[in-house]
Amino acid sequence: MARTPLTFTLNDAETGVFVVPGSNLLDVLRRGAGDLTPKQGCAQGTCGSCTVLIDGVPHLSCLTLAETVEGRRIDTTGGLAGGPDLHPLQQAVMEGFAAQCGFCTAGMLMAAKALLDRTPNPTRDEVIEAISGNLCRCTGYEPIVDAILTASARMQGRTA
Amino acid sequence: MAIHKGRGFACINYPIGMNLGGDPAQALVHSTPDGKFMVALSAIDLGQGMKSVTRQIASETLGVPVEDVYVDTADSDTGPHDMGSFASRGTHRVGNAVIRASAEARKQMLEAAAEELEVNASDLDTDGKGNIHVKGAPSRSITVADTAMAAQFKQGRTLAGRGIFLIPPSDADAETGEMTPVTCFAHAALVIDLEVDDETGDVEVKEINSAYEVGRALNPKLVEQQLIGGAWMGVSHALYETTEPQYPKRDHGPQDFNTYLMPGPGQIVPHNIAVLERPAEDAPFGGKGPGEMCANPVLPAVANAIYNAVGIRCDRLPITPEKILRGLRANGGARPQQVR
Amino acid sequence: MSSTEFRKDLFADERDDTLKEIGKPTIRQDILGHVTGRTKYFDDHLFDGLLHMRAVRSPHHHARIRRIDTEAAARMPGVRRVVTAKDVPVNLNTLLSLINFGRDDEPLCAHDKVRFLGETVAWIIADTEREARDAVAQVRVDYEPLPHVLDVEEALKPDAPVVNEVYPNNTFDYHGKYDHQKLRFGDVNAAFARADHVIEAEYQMSPIEQAPIETCGAIAAPEQNGRFVCHTNTQALFFSLGTTAKLLDTPSSRLHFIGGTAGGGFGGKVDSIVEPTAVLGAMLTGRPVKFAWDRYEEMQVGAPRGGERWRIKDGVMRDGTIIAREFTGFFDSGAYMRLSPYAIIKGTGHLPGPYSIPNVASNVYCVVANRTPATAMRGFGITAVDFSIECHMDRVAEAVGMNPIELRILNAYRDGDMKAHRRKAKNTALIECCQVAAGKAGWSISADAMAQSSLRGGGLGERGAIPETATDEEGRIGERRAGRTRDTAPSRQPTGRVPAGHAGQAVTAAPVQNPDMEIEIERIGHRIAAQQGAAPAPRAPQPPAGQPTPPRAAPPAAAPQSSYAPPPSPQATAPTYQQPPAPTPPPAPTPPTPPAASEPYKPEQPFSRGVNRPGTSRFLSGTRRR
Repeated sequence: MARTPLTFTLNDAETGVFVVPGSNLLDVLRRGAGDLTPKQGCAQGTCGSCTVLIDGVPHLSCLTLAETVEGRRIDTTGGLAGGPDLHPLQQAVMEGFAAQCGFCTAGMLMAAKALLDRTPNPTRDEVIEAISGNLCRCTGYEPIVDAILTASARMQGRTA
Repeated sequence: MAIHKGRGFACINYPIGMNLGGDPAQALVHSTPDGKFMVALSAIDLGQGMKSVTRQIASETLGVPVEDVYVDTADSDTGPHDMGSFASRGTHRVGNAVIRASAEARKQMLEAAAEELEVNASDLDTDGKGNIHVKGAPSRSITVADTAMAAQFKQGRTLAGRGIFLIPPSDADAETGEMTPVTCFAHAALVIDLEVDDETGDVEVKEINSAYEVGRALNPKLVEQQLIGGAWMGVSHALYETTEPQYPKRDHGPQDFNTYLMPGPGQIVPHNIAVLERPAEDAPFGGKGPGEMCANPVLPAVANAIYNAVGIRCDRLPITPEKILRGLRANGGARPQQVR
Repeated sequence: MSSTEFRKDLFADERDDTLKEIGKPTIRQDILGHVTGRTKYFDDHLFDGLLHMRAVRSPHHHARIRRIDTEAAARMPGVRRVVTAKDVPVNLNTLLSLINFGRDDEPLCAHDKVRFLGETVAWIIADTEREARDAVAQVRVDYEPLPHVLDVEEALKPDAPVVNEVYPNNTFDYHGKYDHQKLRFGDVNAAFARADHVIEAEYQMSPIEQAPIETCGAIAAPEQNGRFVCHTNTQALFFSLGTTAKLLDTPSSRLHFIGGTAGGGFGGKVDSIVEPTAVLGAMLTGRPVKFAWDRYEEMQVGAPRGGERWRIKDGVMRDGTIIAREFTGFFDSGAYMRLSPYAIIKGTGHLPGPYSIPNVASNVYCVVANRTPATAMRGFGITAVDFSIECHMDRVAEAVGMNPIELRILNAYRDGDMKAHRRKAKNTALIECCQVAAGKAGWSISADAMAQSSLRGGGLGERGAIPETATDEEGRIGERRAGRTRDTAPSRQPTGRVPAGHAGQAVTAAPVQNPDMEIEIERIGHRIAAQQGAAPAPRAPQPPAGQPTPPRAAPPAAAPQSSYAPPPSPQATAPTYQQPPAPTPPPAPTPPTPPAASEPYKPEQPFSRGVNRPGTSRFLSGTRRR
């Protein structure tokens, strides 16, 4: 099948892959670029496990045509930690026991990062709204909301 | 048209482990040359924390820091047989197998240390911080790391252990149903407070107050994860979930998460939990598996609270707004019961 | 905001709370992988040349397959292989054949007829998932629709269509004798006759989806040395491995299963369908093959928590004492048995719930209908009956005009009480849970109810005894189909009696293999029952009602219970783990094992791990063979 070249920035790295036209971004990231951190939960845009940031805005990568990201910046959970240090969101999810099976976690972190990037001091309702497109079957959501608020507070030098 | 408050109660017990037994679990434990311990299993971690709780069980039994234990599961080439993660059997069955494997490894470890310290192994104890010392004389000690090095390179001894745990299989009687289903039970009771909108049939769960008896909370945060998440699932089962809304007809079954309903983060219910711990005699450190039973009492408690609020017995799950509105119509409106 | 408190004051004398690691909120071993996205789920193993497998599924509830035409599909772009039933070496299995329970009743791929909407009739293996889907749409199947039955009670009628020929009565055969599992304890009919109230109701739970965020799936690939690796999210690694070995007629030593990390399961990942399918694909193509359910398949084809219908009839005295409870239960197993018949035995052992009721009877049916097969889910076998029991308890409370929590405490089981499955209750804590939950919610209950304890008052007199029991032989296999039995409830006309006190031995854990595997008794962390199997020591009788002592205020007087203390002599009182020193040695491996030396490993005859070879299944009925 004919393939076309596609270049984008993935977590600060220039990335080039060849894609079958019509491929979705999730497949291209996972099998083309080898970033396995976005997960496929439904392939229908309903679970949020595949959430990535495109130019800082959260997108469902399973519903995104790969060709549309040409030249754009993509962030995934694979690039969330700055080197060996965890991002405050990761730290808060870890310490807050806000993940069980972990399958939704990477998408949840991307939705949360997009929120904190644009709203450093979100209210509880804003956190809830930000992750309302991300399903979790294990936790009942409360520990996740708490963890995001904790991370926000720490990033702002507050105690949650 | 009004909002009606209701309060409901339910309590349950739950059998721990596969019914009628016959479900073995095995574990293998061995030390690296510098005294770290690897636990090989075939148990499955599907989020409940199997890797973590068996790691803590191994750490406690070996008497070494939890950081020095790593659980490797599940590779059929290296992990010994286990029946699987179901029937609340993980903590009970695998946990016991890990205790046995770790106990044997500990015995080897203490004997190796005894040889180095020139004392009897029975006079030795661990401090849980990586040291082995003579009971009552903490200064006469050797580190676990040095013990492992000596065992491996000087004494030619493995610090390893095997464990299997099995409740032998039995059967149920055809005529009376007599059986030994399991050897221990977890318990729970909870109170649901909710509101019913008699115009829309909508139910909003406002608060849960619960008591769960789990034998022993081997890791209190893992237990809390199960209880909070499990009660959420119970609310979801009670009010939203089914693959066949017209059961037994198969029409209009949901095919995705747009049509299969579950509460979202905007519907978090405050849940005040009390954890009770009455250790079971054959459970690892007394701990029973809390993972399954936590959802069960929520379903009837929600139904009972709805009856208390509007006087409708909702005997068919899930309790959708449609069922409530039909009940209200049949009753000629809401019939709030006694305030509790 | 939620909160969690640990009531260390309760049962404190039964616990040692000074353990070093147990009881600590240690961070999860796997959490760093989760938050960095590095945790490897089954689909996070990359293979060059991975092929994708998709199933062709039945659009009918019940239909005969006249012909399958795969020619057009085979010519579609990217298609590597069309797979049908004839490619499955042993195309009949039941999941629990690995423990010799039930008859083989389910093909991996339908061949003669389809029995539920969505059943697999063929597979396509193609280069991409999209190509596989496109080719699936080109498979032409000529069906002859057959009459179908969807409701469990309709399926029990004499003229109901036969769904699964292996179970021609549309029910599981229990013990080679009955079309249901019986529970009989005392005489419910006699008790109903003298009860002040008889309260009946019916409860229904519809099927529920486990809905893990990661769907069921597996990737299989050829490995070196003629083996196949399978990355899977199964909840039961060796079930899946053994099932694969059986269906594909391959020695289990050729299979290398890797899993242990699942993106949620909740019971839905035990059925071992994706693993044999993926390995079959890898064997037929010599390439890595992924077979995973999409979300639609997970919702409607993958087994749900099955529907259950329960009818409960209680005989109650004016003071709220429940003297009889009768159940009639119907499990919706779907077109195949899988785990449902076993869960019914679990459910039967659970009856009548956590209460001491002197007369209990139940009939529970595992019913086959043209529905998606059911399987395990969180609380399997218990969730629906607990819903029914606890809704019913509120009906009873209303009928006798009692506070519903007080009613439960009045009837709660306690240490030493005889349960309906003829084993004594121990380690109970229902009453304390009721008291604590009521207290947290500020729902006041009487001083008398607050003064009750699971430790006291149990096992006294009739509470600890097995009553004379009325039995019957209604519901023999085939009677219903022949129109000779209609009623599904426990018999109104018992024909036999089992004398009072009749019970067998409780089964406890097998002893440790050697003494080195025994944890030292002082490190177990809890008080050990001194005598296994013996009745708990009778407790001091209840303080008179109206004396509002909190349940923990008066600990039992007996010295050994008053505080945690390791028994003085470990030899004298062995923990339950290691005792009894079994009177008979542990059972030897079933066939006499030849000496290892005489039977070296032969690559052409590799070893098998817990797998029944085709044609040698020892089991004929629901009775488990040992």
